[in-house]
Amino acid sequence: MASPFLPATITVRPTNSITLSSAATLTGRRLHLTAAPPRHRRGRPSLSVKSKIREIFMPALSSTMTEGKIVSWVKSEGDVLSKGDSVVVVESDKADMDVETFYDGILAAIVVAEGQTAPVGAPIGLLADTQAEVAEARAKAAAAANSPASDPAPATSPPPVSDDPPAPPRKVVATPFAKKLAKQHKVDVGSVVGTGPHGRVTPADVEKAAGISPLAPTKTASASPASPSSPVAASPPVPGSSDVTFTTMQSAVAKNMMESLSVPTFRVGYPVTTDALDALYERVKPKGVTMTAILAKAAAMALVQHPVVNASCKDGKNFAYNSNINVAVAVAINGGLITPVLQDADKALEKARAKQLQPHEYNSGTFTLSNLGMFGVDRFDAILPPGQGAIMAVGASKPTVLADKDGFFSVKNKMLVNVTADHRIIYGADLAAFLQTFSKIVENPESLTL
Amino acid sequence: MHSSLSLSFSATSSSSATVFRSRHSFHAPAPAAAPLNLRFCGLRREAFGSCLAASLSRHLPRRPHTAAVSAALSDNGSPPKSFDYDLLIIGAGVGGHGAALHAVEKGLKTAIVEGDVVGGTCVNRGCVPSKALLAVSGRMRELKSDHHLKSFGLQVSAAGYDRQGVADHANNLASKIRNNLTNSMKALGVDILTGFGTILGPQKVKVGSSNKIVTAKDIIIATGSVPFVPKGIEIDGKTVITSDHALKLETVPDWIAIVGSGYIGLEFSDVYTALGSEVTFVEALDQLMPGFDPEISKLAQRVLINPRNIDYHTGVFATKIMPARDGKPVLIELIDAKTKEPKDTLEVDAALIATGRAPFTQGLGLENIDVVTQRGFVPVDERMRVIDANGKLVPHLYCIGDANGKMMLAHAASAQGISVVEQVTGRDHVLNHLSIPAACFTHPEISMVGLTEPQAREKGEKEGFEVSVAKTSFKANTKALAENEGEGLAKLIYRPDNGEILGVHIFGLHAADLIHEASNAVALGTRIQDIKFAVHAHPTLSEVLDELFKSAKVKAQKSTPVSEPVAV
Repeated sequence: MASPFLPATITVRPTNSITLSSAATLTGRRLHLTAAPPRHRRGRPSLSVKSKIREIFMPALSSTMTEGKIVSWVKSEGDVLSKGDSVVVVESDKADMDVETFYDGILAAIVVAEGQTAPVGAPIGLLADTQAEVAEARAKAAAAANSPASDPAPATSPPPVSDDPPAPPRKVVATPFAKKLAKQHKVDVGSVVGTGPHGRVTPADVEKAAGISPLAPTKTASASPASPSSPVAASPPVPGSSDVTFTTMQSAVAKNMMESLSVPTFRVGYPVTTDALDALYERVKPKGVTMTAILAKAAAMALVQHPVVNASCKDGKNFAYNSNINVAVAVAINGGLITPVLQDADKALEKARAKQLQPHEYNSGTFTLSNLGMFGVDRFDAILPPGQGAIMAVGASKPTVLADKDGFFSVKNKMLVNVTADHRIIYGADLAAFLQTFSKIVENPESLTL
Repeated sequence: MHSSLSLSFSATSSSSATVFRSRHSFHAPAPAAAPLNLRFCGLRREAFGSCLAASLSRHLPRRPHTAAVSAALSDNGSPPKSFDYDLLIIGAGVGGHGAALHAVEKGLKTAIVEGDVVGGTCVNRGCVPSKALLAVSGRMRELKSDHHLKSFGLQVSAAGYDRQGVADHANNLASKIRNNLTNSMKALGVDILTGFGTILGPQKVKVGSSNKIVTAKDIIIATGSVPFVPKGIEIDGKTVITSDHALKLETVPDWIAIVGSGYIGLEFSDVYTALGSEVTFVEALDQLMPGFDPEISKLAQRVLINPRNIDYHTGVFATKIMPARDGKPVLIELIDAKTKEPKDTLEVDAALIATGRAPFTQGLGLENIDVVTQRGFVPVDERMRVIDANGKLVPHLYCIGDANGKMMLAHAASAQGISVVEQVTGRDHVLNHLSIPAACFTHPEISMVGLTEPQAREKGEKEGFEVSVAKTSFKANTKALAENEGEGLAKLIYRPDNGEILGVHIFGLHAADLIHEASNAVALGTRIQDIKFAVHAHPTLSEVLDELFKSAKVKAQKSTPVSEPVAV
C-alpha cells in the first residue's frame, strides 16, 4: 500500500555531510504534502539575481492586495529547494496561497517570520545558490533588518537590549510573548513602557503601544498554525465580551463597505413569481447547478438588454460600460465574505459550479448577486461594492396569495428582489426596466437553458 | 582451561538440570556458535564471541549457579558460605524493582534495601508525575487551540484549570504507582529492608544506622541519581527549583527560565506554556535540544518552540542564579560559553534547573571495596560488573541504572537489572544499548532508537559501509490527518548493503508508542528486507513506520527468518 506521496529515498555520498543542517545534504526533491484538495499554486515570486543570492519577494496575489501575512514557512532555513517547491504560505485579503520558488537553491534566511506581515514586493526570504553563500545571505539579512524586524531563527539571539528609557538606567526587560508581538507589530520594544512586575514589558504593553486592543486571554495568539488553512474565524465562542482583531479579509471587507458610503445609492424592489423557475431548478439540480447560478444567468441575460446596469461609475464623472458581463456572487466563507465572479455569465451555465478561485476572478465583477433566500430571508438591502453599478439582493421564494384582476385568488411562489444601484449612472427608470426584463426571464425560464 | 571448564560444567549441570536445559551451547567455546539461549535484546555476535571465553574462565569456577544448590556446591576451593540472601539490591527504584521481580522468577531469595521511598525517582519525582502533568498540558493545549478545534467543527468555551487539581492528579498517581510497586514486591516474597544501604565488604551490606548487617551472594547497586545543580545556582525550592520541586506544581509562574534544553527542560516547557506561562531557555551549547538527531530537533524547534511563547539564549552559561527576595525578581547572570565574558542578566519570576542528573553514590561505602567513582558514576563493564580502582572486576558486585551512567533512563535500568539477574543465574547476557528506545513526551512526541544520522555516518566512514536515510511524513498518514495532526516526521537510518537498521527517529503524534516496532527490530536483529513484509492495521499511525520500511532501498534479499534454529 505504498503511498503516492512518498519522497524518494536519499542516498547521500559521505562528502555531502555538513553540520549546518542535515537537511542540507538532501539532493533529491522533497514533496511537501497535504491531503487536502489541491490548492492553487499561485503567486509568482519575482526573484532578482543579485550576486547569486536571490531575494524572495512578497507576491501580489490580487490586484487589491497591498500587504500579505506569512501564515507559515513550509521550508526552514537551511533547506534545499528545488524549482517548484512550495516555500511559504501567504494570507492575502482573500485566501491563503502557496508560494513556490522558481529557482533551485538553499533557503538561506527568512527575513519575515511567520505571523508577520510585509508589503507586496518586500523581500521575505533569501535564496542562496551554494552553502558558502548561505552565511553571506544571513549576514545580509541581519544587516538589513532594523530593530523591530526579525532575525534568522536558529542563530543565537540575545534579547533586544535597547538603550535606556528615560529615567531609570535599567535595561529593558520584556517577556518572550511581548518580544514576539513587538516583532509582529513592528514596535520597538525598548520604547515601550513596562507595566509588568519589576517593570517588565508585558504583551499587553506592546499591544497598547501598537494601538491594538488586547486579545482576550482565551485567544493565545499562536503566531502560526501548523497547517495553512482558511482565515481563522473571529467570532468568539464565549458569550462574554472579548476583542478580536480583524483578519486580512475582514479588514478588506470593512474597507470596501466604508468606501461604498461615498456612493449615492437607491433601491428598487420587485416581486418575481418563481414557480416556473423552481421547476427548472428541480430539473437541473442533479447536474450540480445551484439556484444562485440560475439567478446569475438570468440576471446576466437581463443585463445584456440593459447595459447601463452593467456599467460602473469611474471617477465620479464617466460611465464605464463593460463589454463582458461578469456576475459576482457574494459567498460567505468561514470568517469572511468574498465575491467570486462568474465570467461571461450570460454565456455559460457550467461556469456556475463552484471552483477554486483565481485572483482575477475576485476583482472583475460588474454586477453582484447576493442570495440570502436559503436562510428564509424574504427581502434585504445589499450594500453596493465599490466599482460596480448595481447589486441584486434576492430573498426566499415563499408561497403567497395573489389576486388577479378578475378577483380570483391563487397561490404562487413569490420572491422579492431588491436592487441597489449607483444613482450617478443608473436612474430609476433604467433599473425598473431591468427588473421587469429580469422577472420576465425568470418567469419564462426556458430561455435560461440555452 | 577448557578442560576444567567442562568438568565444572558437568558437575553443575548434572545436579541442576531443571534450570539449565539449554546450556549445551556453552560447551562450544567457538565464537561462531549461534547464541541460542540468549533470548534478550540483541546480543551482538561479535561481543559474544570475544568475551565468552574470558567471562567463562573468570566466573564459572567461582560461581555456583542455582539458588537451590548455592550452599552445597563447592568449586575450586572457595569455602562454602551461607548467605542471608542470594541477591541483595540497594535501591528500590525502577532498576532495583525490575531486577527484583526477575530474580524471584528465577528462584533467587531476594532482598531490596531502600533508604527513602519505594519507587525512587521515576515513580516519585520523575516519569510518573511528569507524564501526569504532560497529560494535562496536552489536553489544555488542545482545548485552547480554537483554530484546531474549529477544523473539527468543535467549539469550546473558556477552558481553564485549577492548579491544585492538576498537582493532585500527579501526586495521586505517584502514590498509586508507589503502592503498586511495593505490593508487587511484597506479594512475590521480596524482603524490603528500610534504611540506607552501605557496603562494608565483599558480599556484606549494612542497612540503616543500626548495626544490622546483611550478607548476600550477589549485590546490585541501584541507587539512581539526583538533579544536578551547577555551582553558583542557589536553589530555594520556590522560585529557583529543580525538577523535583517542579513536579509538585506548587505555583505556575508567569515567566520561567529553564536552564538546559534537553528532554527534561523541553517537557517542562511544554507543561508551563500550556498552563499559560512564558518560557526562556538557557542553553550552554550552540543548538537547542543537543541530544537529538539534528533534523528532528530542527523540526521540533519549528513546532515546539517557535510558535509558542518561548525564546532562548544559546551558547551561554548561567553562572549565578539568585532566588527572588526583597521584592526583586529571580536574577540570572549569563556568560558566553566560550569567551566567558558576561553577556546578559535575565529577570524572571522563576528558574528551573534542568542541566542533567548526578549519580547518587555518596555514602555507599565503595571505598571499602576499593572502588573509585568517576564524577560520581560507578565504573562498570558491559555486563554491569563493577570495576575497582585497579581495573579489576569486583566479584559478585554489579551496578545498574543511573548510578553507572551508561544510559540514564528508567527502562534501561530495569533492562540492565534483568541482564544482571540472567548472568547471576548462569546465562551470560550483554545488553545491547542501541536497541533501547528513548522518548520525549512533548506534544507532539519525539522518540528514537539507535544512532543519530551524524553518528551513523561517522560509524559508516570508520567501518567502511554506506549509510542511507529514508523519511516519511505524517501528512501521508490517514489516521494522522483524521486527527488533524499531520505535522510529523519519521526517519530511518540504515545500511543499504545488508538492510541493518542503524537508527529510527520519530517526531509526531504518539511517537513514543510507535518507536517500539523499530526498537524490537534492532533488538532481534531483524533486517529491513524482512520486516517490510509485516502487515499493519489500517488506518493506524503505525503505517508511518510501514511506509518508512517499505521506502528503504536495500540491496540484500529477504533472509531466512531469525527464529530458525542454527545447527551447532
